[in-house]
Amino acid sequence: MAGVTLTNLSKAFGATEVLRDINLVIEDGEFCVFVGPSGCGKSTLLRMIAGLEEISGGDLSIGGVRVNDASPRERGIAMVFQSYALYPHRTVRGNMEFGLRLSRMARDEIDQRITRAARMLQIEGLLDRRPSQLSGGQRQRVAIGRAIVREPEVFLFDEPLSNLDAALRVDTRREIADLHRQLGTTMIYVTHDQVEAMTLADKIVVLNGGGVQQTGRPLDLYNSPANVFVAGFIGSPRMNLIPVTVSGRTLDAGALGRFGLPADLGSGAMTLGLRPENLVLHAPGGAPATVTLVEHLGNEVLAELRLTNGPNLVMKQTAALAVTTGEAVTVAPGPDLVHLFDAAGARVHSWPLARG
Amino acid sequence: MTRQPRIVRALLVSLIVALAVMSAFPFLWMVLSSFKTAEESMRTPPVWIPAAASLESYGAVSDVIQAGRSLLNSAIIATLTTAGILVTSIMAGFAFAKYRFRGRDTLFGLMIAAMFLPPIVTLIPLFRMVSEMGLNGSLAGVILPNLANAFGIFLMRQFIAGVPDDLIDAARVDGASELRVVFSVVAPAVLPAIAALALFAFVYHWNTYLWPLTVLQGASEDYPIVLSLGRLLSYNRGAMNTPLVMAGATLAVLPPLVMFVFLQRFFVDSMVSAAVKG
Ligand SMILES: Nc1ncnc2c1ncn2[C@@H]1O[C@H](COP(=O)(O)OP(=O)(O)O)[C@@H](O)[C@H]1O
Ligand SMILES: [Mg+2]
Repeated sequence: MAGVTLTNLSKAFGATEVLRDINLVIEDGEFCVFVGPSGCGKSTLLRMIAGLEEISGGDLSIGGVRVNDASPRERGIAMVFQSYALYPHRTVRGNMEFGLRLSRMARDEIDQRITRAARMLQIEGLLDRRPSQLSGGQRQRVAIGRAIVREPEVFLFDEPLSNLDAALRVDTRREIADLHRQLGTTMIYVTHDQVEAMTLADKIVVLNGGGVQQTGRPLDLYNSPANVFVAGFIGSPRMNLIPVTVSGRTLDAGALGRFGLPADLGSGAMTLGLRPENLVLHAPGGAPATVTLVEHLGNEVLAELRLTNGPNLVMKQTAALAVTTGEAVTVAPGPDLVHLFDAAGARVHSWPLARG
Repeated sequence: MTRQPRIVRALLVSLIVALAVMSAFPFLWMVLSSFKTAEESMRTPPVWIPAAASLESYGAVSDVIQAGRSLLNSAIIATLTTAGILVTSIMAGFAFAKYRFRGRDTLFGLMIAAMFLPPIVTLIPLFRMVSEMGLNGSLAGVILPNLANAFGIFLMRQFIAGVPDDLIDAARVDGASELRVVFSVVAPAVLPAIAALALFAFVYHWNTYLWPLTVLQGASEDYPIVLSLGRLLSYNRGAMNTPLVMAGATLAVLPPLVMFVFLQRFFVDSMVSAAVKG
């Protein structure tokens, strides 16, 4: 068991800098999720931890030992790949024992570990099959099994669910969470899906533009996003971001109305963040708007509104809400927190917005 | 698959049969002639089936040349050269396909260029190098310069490029050294291509004539079978003994044939699996 520490970690491919000065402490036994849009360097960062990608600058330590120059096998890690990467010419058993045999482990110890992992993942009946004879979900289990039998200090997952269909994805997500609870091993998990991040993580690391945007517990990121990027990325549907003007203690949100501020928060053009679930219809003094799209999801309704002479807003309500496309309504902020971001995108303040 | 009209199929099949007969004919003639008597083989119109199949010529081959020794020499040359080509081609092909290093593409381009050099151009320079190493007149001199082969490296690079990077990385994470990655994970994934290369290399180096002749010069106890066949031809000074030569040639052709039968299941396998996947 081991924690992982990244100190000013950087990566460049030739002249292109992909990651710059990443600082991060992942505690022993923690489930840490790297999340960010496609191409932001999540896989690269994970591969640097695995020892598959050279470190251009900074330090990486696992279990308190600097491992910058250690080969993957010296790092005590196991990895599950998006493509599963099972050895096609080996059976399931052969796939799981390959790494153990390389470390010259005794035959009965190997068999014990495989039996235990196979039972845990319910793949006992598949041990003599080849990967080509397995379904996608089964391949995924074998890939996880191959990692488990190594009994690593740290598990690394690179988008392990993205090749599964939606139903299987939810099941497997649960199983990975269970696995972490049972084993208690440090896990680092890469995904571009913020729902996976929110449901699995003890700690989320939001990456974008070559750096860490914010690190924290899922609800902390949801309730106090450090900047506009995190605000837009965490939560589904995404937070409404409305351009506003601040002067003194007044906030001018254009078509949405004018509001009072709880304190002097600077002045000039800023951005107001309003969650879709924090909007109410037909409130007294609400801003006039037209419903342009309604999506019924069963337990909830998503509606897109166009403010009269203003921007579009997305709102999410319980199924009790009855609106139809084309309907004229009034809309106002609800009782929950709203967020104000300055011109550079950093969060200035969060408070329940009162009409003023 | 769309069903072709019957007539088109019939035409295609007869074309293929005609081509097969044409290419098999000299082979058949060779084998049949090896069983004839010298007199039968010279008759006009030609005799197809020998009146009494005689094994006499096969015995005579060994009176003229050391057939066993020559076959052994051929086996040594072809096997060691093929093994060398496989090892160097797989390793270099892997490096060209999967490593990023300075000058990689230039180096690869140069190697492709070398592929187009006719062997005759390099004959004299290679011979001088081998001589300076003191290896002329020996099997080692025949084998050494052929242990790496530009076409083999090219072929392996093309196939290994198609092996997923994740598979290679998975093996590294599993603790495999680079050599282990190459031979335990990458090579099995391109097995049909390796089998094809093995077959080409074996047949080519079994049959090669000019290079061993140049290196071995007069050292006839080291001659591979194809060089010894030449001695069968010139044995009778003009009065050529056709069944004798044909018996020698049949013996010389057998080992590559066995090699093909042995390796062919890999090609058939890979064609079947490609068809299933496709
Ligand atoms: N081997 C490489 N050579 C050059 N650029 C690369 C290489 N691998 C990744 N990149 C670049 O690094 C960036 C991050 O890639 P990656 O880590 O795969 O992103 P993510 O996993 O977040 O989608 C991308 O812009 C990608 O083009
Ligand atoms: Mg990725």
